[in-house]
Amino acid sequence: MQKMINAPEAAVDEMVEGYLKAHPDLVAGTDNARVLKYRQAPIPGKVGIVTGGGSGHKPAFIGYIGRNMVDAVAVGEIFSSPPAQMFFDAFRAADGGKGVACLYGNYAGDNMNVRMAVEQAKEEGIEVRTVVANDDVPSAPGDQRAKRRGVAGEILMWKVGGAKAAMGASLDEVIAQAQKAIDNTRSMGIGLMPCTIPEVGHPNFMIEEGKMEVGIGHHGEPGLEVVALETAAQMARRMTEIILPDLPFNAHDEVVVLISGLGSTPLMELYILYNEVEKIFGKKQLRIYRPYVGNYFTSLEMAGVTLTVMKLDADLKACIDYEVDSMGLRQFA
Amino acid sequence: MEQFANRDGIPLIFDLIRAIQENKQYLSDIDGAIGDGDHGINMNKGFTLCREELLANPGNLTHGLKTLSKILVMKIGGSMGPLYGTFFKSMAAACDGQDAIDMAVFGRMLSSGREGIQKISDAKLGDKTLMDVLLLAEAAYQAAAQTGEPFRVCLDKMVEAARHGRDATKEMVAKLGRSSRLGERSRGVVDAGAASCCLILETMAGTIGHLLNGSLDSSQGL
Repeated sequence: MQKMINAPEAAVDEMVEGYLKAHPDLVAGTDNARVLKYRQAPIPGKVGIVTGGGSGHKPAFIGYIGRNMVDAVAVGEIFSSPPAQMFFDAFRAADGGKGVACLYGNYAGDNMNVRMAVEQAKEEGIEVRTVVANDDVPSAPGDQRAKRRGVAGEILMWKVGGAKAAMGASLDEVIAQAQKAIDNTRSMGIGLMPCTIPEVGHPNFMIEEGKMEVGIGHHGEPGLEVVALETAAQMARRMTEIILPDLPFNAHDEVVVLISGLGSTPLMELYILYNEVEKIFGKKQLRIYRPYVGNYFTSLEMAGVTLTVMKLDADLKACIDYEVDSMGLRQFA
Repeated sequence: MEQFANRDGIPLIFDLIRAIQENKQYLSDIDGAIGDGDHGINMNKGFTLCREELLANPGNLTHGLKTLSKILVMKIGGSMGPLYGTFFKSMAAACDGQDAIDMAVFGRMLSSGREGIQKISDAKLGDKTLMDVLLLAEAAYQAAAQTGEPFRVCLDKMVEAARHGRDATKEMVAKLGRSSRLGERSRGVVDAGAASCCLILETMAGTIGHLLNGSLDSSQGL
């Protein structure tokens, strides 16, 4: 295991400590060492935006804490849901009196822990509502969308939900808008090399040299199939052929395209892939309103990529265009 | 009368902690085959934290179950934190205020634990989860209890059914949780949650057997 750590079991705590020291302009700690919040949160009169999940996905999740985005985050162990208490403490850190929108990904542990935390919040008089991201197309068939996992599309859900809350919307409106964002978003991944959880010490799945795993999940969940490694152009075609018919995206739709590396894939390759995706979208007359290319939602040092596409309307566009200042996403009007 | 005092029951918790610590690697290894390989690590973390807290502040069996539950829910997370946290919390609720734990009380603890899990999980028999152990174990225990078998025979039946349930998960295809994405490929490996649930029930039965024999005083389990 080639890792720059001190002790495997201390990795998450030490990463959080370092993050707080590096970004004091954006982020502050709370009473709970595993709950980080926007420096200004809670913001009175604004719906609080909370998310959380297992660690190992930087910049997700704490990298999206900031202005007009996420107010508080529960930080779990690597690839493991934070406990209910952490989600609850994040709700408290984000609650500015207008309720809290908890926008998170569809995983068994997160579902249970969030459900328990929401119950606890209700007992303490904090109103929390949830949107569960399920943008990962290969993780379940179209007629079982509720089973699909949440992947990089979560970033667009936070972006839209965070902007809506910043515009002064009510909790109902924020929830409806975040739901609309994820309902109009589809993703899928391709894995090229596995990753190692520090405490496990070895990769818990393998991808052979010269192969790639189509539809791999953000924790190495098996995909649809393992095939011979393809060119970037072939990968782009393969992914768009799976994602685009699922919504479906049609000619003249305006879309956001988000290409995220999974950790160790060079940015160079992400731009090569974007170049191919852009050509395909051009032929299909899909208009790319805004592209994002970078390491937005990773899986430790896994090699590979997630392609995410979101269909826009005027409301979603306004939220996507809204100013945002976080470590993982910065846009200024 | 086959029973043991709630106040003498804390060794049961210490024995559970030791069982999880000793089987940390085994649980992680079977989890690694179809999950992410951290089941033993996470369970060990939670149970070890509980040991520290109980050494500082022991008490009766109910207190031990509540402490274990609190730590699993507050500190562990994942799927197993809420599932086992709820299981032990519900077991604690069924023996709260009971001075003596007999066949009927333990039966209620088992049922309460199972009901607690069903409130937060939809797992059914055959889904390749810890419920494949718990449902069979509880049913076998209650069936033996109804036919008037002694407490320790009920426990034996429970353990037998738990092992059967654990082994049966080997041939199942996972329907829930991370390994469900594997579909057919999840066949051939015992489910890690089923294995830890079986271990927990076996350990409970073993310690209760000793407590019923009076061969264990309340300091011995430490």
